[in-house]
Amino acid sequence: MADRGMATGGRGLTEGDVADTAPDWTDAGAARGRTSHASRARRFVADAARTTWHDASLWGVRAKRDAAAAQVPDWETLREDAASTKRDALARLPELWRRFEERASAAGAQVHWARDAREHNEIVARLLRDRHVSRVVKSKSMLTEECGLNPFLEARGIEVVDTDLGERIVQLRHEPPSHIVMPAIHLRRQEVGALFAREMGSAPGLEDPDALTAVARRDLRGRFLAAEAGITGVNFAVAESGAIVVVTNEGNADLGTALPPLHIACVGLEKIVPETRDLAPLLRLLARSATGQAITTYTSHFRGPRPLPGSELHVVVVDNGRSRLLARPDFEEALACIRCGACLNTCPVYRRSGGHSYATTVPGPIGSVLAPARDPGAHADLPRACSLCGSCSEVCPVKVPLHRQLLAWRGVLADEGHVPRHRRAALAFLSALMLRPTTYHVLARVARSLARRLPAPILDRLAAPWTRTRALPPIPAQSFREQMRARRRRREQEHRP
Amino acid sequence: MRVALFVPCYVDQLRPTVGLATLALLEAVGCEVAYPEEQTCCGQPFATAGEPRRAAALGRRFVEVFEAFDAIVAPSGSCVATLRHGLPRWSPDPRAHAVAARTRELCELLGDPATRPLPRGRYPHRVGIHASCHALRELRLGSPSESREPPRPDPARRLLSGLEGLELVEPARRDECCGFGGVFAIEQEAVSARMGLDRLTDHQRAGAEVIVSTDVSCLLQLEGVARRHGHPQRFLHVAEVLAAACGLDGDAGRTS
Repeated sequence: MADRGMATGGRGLTEGDVADTAPDWTDAGAARGRTSHASRARRFVADAARTTWHDASLWGVRAKRDAAAAQVPDWETLREDAASTKRDALARLPELWRRFEERASAAGAQVHWARDAREHNEIVARLLRDRHVSRVVKSKSMLTEECGLNPFLEARGIEVVDTDLGERIVQLRHEPPSHIVMPAIHLRRQEVGALFAREMGSAPGLEDPDALTAVARRDLRGRFLAAEAGITGVNFAVAESGAIVVVTNEGNADLGTALPPLHIACVGLEKIVPETRDLAPLLRLLARSATGQAITTYTSHFRGPRPLPGSELHVVVVDNGRSRLLARPDFEEALACIRCGACLNTCPVYRRSGGHSYATTVPGPIGSVLAPARDPGAHADLPRACSLCGSCSEVCPVKVPLHRQLLAWRGVLADEGHVPRHRRAALAFLSALMLRPTTYHVLARVARSLARRLPAPILDRLAAPWTRTRALPPIPAQSFREQMRARRRRREQEHRP
Repeated sequence: MRVALFVPCYVDQLRPTVGLATLALLEAVGCEVAYPEEQTCCGQPFATAGEPRRAAALGRRFVEVFEAFDAIVAPSGSCVATLRHGLPRWSPDPRAHAVAARTRELCELLGDPATRPLPRGRYPHRVGIHASCHALRELRLGSPSESREPPRPDPARRLLSGLEGLELVEPARRDECCGFGGVFAIEQEAVSARMGLDRLTDHQRAGAEVIVSTDVSCLLQLEGVARRHGHPQRFLHVAEVLAAACGLDGDAGRTS
């Protein structure tokens, strides 16, 4: 109990200080108009060696996914099945969640409903406070990242330890995850070694991943034992049984919920499936799409609290903007996402700009679809941080048409006034020109003729930002149309008597 | 077969040799080719820049200009993809649907049984094919590396493989994006150029002397990066290679 007092007393923050902790803490500064994805990406790319390594690491994961998909004879059918399961579930969320609550309650769990991040955080904090909990272990949960749960609890004197290795690394570095499945993928093992030497007293210069894992495991073991509650995310909630399913590779969700008496599971509104049998295609796709594994090491089903005296299971169901997406037919399919991260791994932009360049909890293609629904002003540039190559839509295990949604967002955000006016004016001028062929061709000829005469340095300046990184092509004297017209005139003359 | 030739605006202005080569190829396979001079742009740049209504206006104009023709052919996977998927979305007009369905990428048409086969060609070079994302993933001309769907024919690859002396070399990443992406190349210039450089390096490692694509936009991007970094490869549209290999046009096959 003395320890608890210390943990509570140390910080001197009142609830008001952080009550409005941005659900998405990286919004602070970054996405509020001060920098753009493009500028953050430019900084990332400027370190060419790191970019090469980051791209290669993630491409390696994509390659494992390809190999795993090739092992399944009916991969595309499996995707169809999973996609229709998730779409069916999204079409009847109220009914499924009612059934879930009924079944989960019958099994002894308590279900709570949170409209937004704040309500979610308050529910969790209340559950912990009422039970005098000051030490919590938490397994990986992008939802609690999204809600800013850690700072919220820490400000109330509750110590939260992330127990997923990658999450623990970024927690100790006081930075957000850069990937939804591999939170510390942006770090090299040397950087992890230095961090552990500083934070856990491991031998300086230790770089071997297995040795580093062992160091973290030793450090975490005591924290698991001391924890009074375990918080987990949820991969799937099953309406039929009232069970929640949590998958991990490290077993940390299991250890974190097996030791303390209180288990709080935080689940997004979109995570429900109708029946237990629906899990089969989803689980087969999830691990293969995420890491190329046939199945995650641990797939744990929790149905009610453990049959031990004092055990409790609380499920906090969170909306936090999800129902807003549901009301937009162009984007609602994004709620089918099972957070495998395959679209991040395959995205040529993500691989070369890093997760932090997105300044959202969920980066990459899916993040760029989700973020503008929550805060269009802060994230209007994300749907444009995409070359529309379409690879994301091809790998998505639940067939979210990601690149089409990114394209659709561009139009919506422009209409809502989130694209600079000068840019829209330039496009208005160009499209007007394209509707007037004669004017267009005269102006194009003048422009080409100028471009051929101007000294290269001046032309390069006029053609920036293209020329910042690329040469201009040689400018032809005649367009194709001009050559065709000349040819036609020659023929007409030849045929004249 | 009577076809209308659509030469996309950037090909018209920046790489007219691709238009000439396309024309020569179409005539060589027995097409009667019309070139409607009032054509301008398919609308793609406006669609990708988030101005779908402006794109739609150009799409409607495209329908007016081209609806009289049995087939419309363009040396560009991305413009054809824009038209095929965009026209039906932009307009409820059934004529727009019909024009969309009749619009084809050049290599698609060259493989059509209704056309004569090309004369035998010779192209003794090591060639790397740069798969255009839109030709591949939107038009499904070939099988994307991500997909487990049954294999689909890749008409450009088939035509190039038929050339005597041509050695195809394969980059390690079969179909990664070149980084062009229209407005993306400008707004995200740093990442865009890095994507181009990586693509180029992959082809270079494979030993490509000539990098060939169905899309001039990809080629402008890759060539721009190559020239800036002093890489020696040549960047040619598949029409330029085919026309030069089959001796069809004096102008084709040059880069300037």
